[in-house]
Amino acid sequence: MQTSRFRDGIRAGLPLALAPLLFGASFGLLAVDAGMGWLGAIVMSATTFAGSAQFAAASILEDGGGALAAIVAAILLNARYVPLSLAVASIFPGSRKRRLLEAQLIVDESWALSGRSGRFEYGVLTGVGVLLYVLWVGGTAAGTIVGDLLDPEAIGLDAAFPALFLALLAPYLRSRRALVTALVAGAITLVLLPFAPAGVPIVAASLACLIGLRR
Amino acid sequence: MTWVVIGVVGVVTILFKASGPVLLGGRALPPRVASVVEVLAPAMLAALVVTQTVGGDRQLVLDERLAGVLVGGVAVWLRAPLLVVMVVAAATAALIRLF
Repeated sequence: MQTSRFRDGIRAGLPLALAPLLFGASFGLLAVDAGMGWLGAIVMSATTFAGSAQFAAASILEDGGGALAAIVAAILLNARYVPLSLAVASIFPGSRKRRLLEAQLIVDESWALSGRSGRFEYGVLTGVGVLLYVLWVGGTAAGTIVGDLLDPEAIGLDAAFPALFLALLAPYLRSRRALVTALVAGAITLVLLPFAPAGVPIVAASLACLIGLRR
Repeated sequence: MTWVVIGVVGVVTILFKASGPVLLGGRALPPRVASVVEVLAPAMLAALVVTQTVGGDRQLVLDERLAGVLVGGVAVWLRAPLLVVMVVAAATAALIRLF
């Protein structure tokens, strides 16, 4: 049963396959320009495995912004993984060590897709996660050697992902409480975006879940 | 110095991602905590939609992404499959950029 859900996960992730390859290659190229070297680029993709933070850190280093600025920006951007990981905490089986390892497969896309049936599924999250991980690290490696494969923005990939998250949000909105939470979270994000450093608005928006305390 | 960045960001991210499954995993949550966690999904999805549609570096950016997401939203409303939603949104943004 778990294995078949894992396969479902890989299948569910296939339509997304192009993005981690292309963005991974862009990151590989940028990281080499930023002085990380091919090994640094691949190690970062394999350990951090989170696109926006990696791009932020590499571009700050490339602009000469310094290590501390790069670290702070990347950590703020990845702070959203605390609420994302809390939301799926209960689906991970096994020992603490196994949970720590498998939780690394949480990225925005695997997390969101694994909840498409209305509740989070371990097999889908790990299936999509493994597929995206291999493509992300592979794309990075390719980028350090051959450079950009194809500009992801030229084919509109940056618009495809918010649309995917919108589609995955839609089924939740049938519940009144979830609808109110989503509206509050969206409003918090929108209000903070012009002022707060990147990554902060999304973390602040997670506070909207306190609406769940109301009876 | 770049290795310090790679190391620190990597370790902190690993801890962020593991926080839920390691701290809360493997046991049932108290009902009040569970009801908060339950609405985390719509909250975080809404926040992801907003940041990725109009997010910029400390500014709102209204560009081709917004057009793509709006058209994608119509596809969602028409109950189109996920892949169709993504392709429609991407194609809209790509076409506008072309002209």
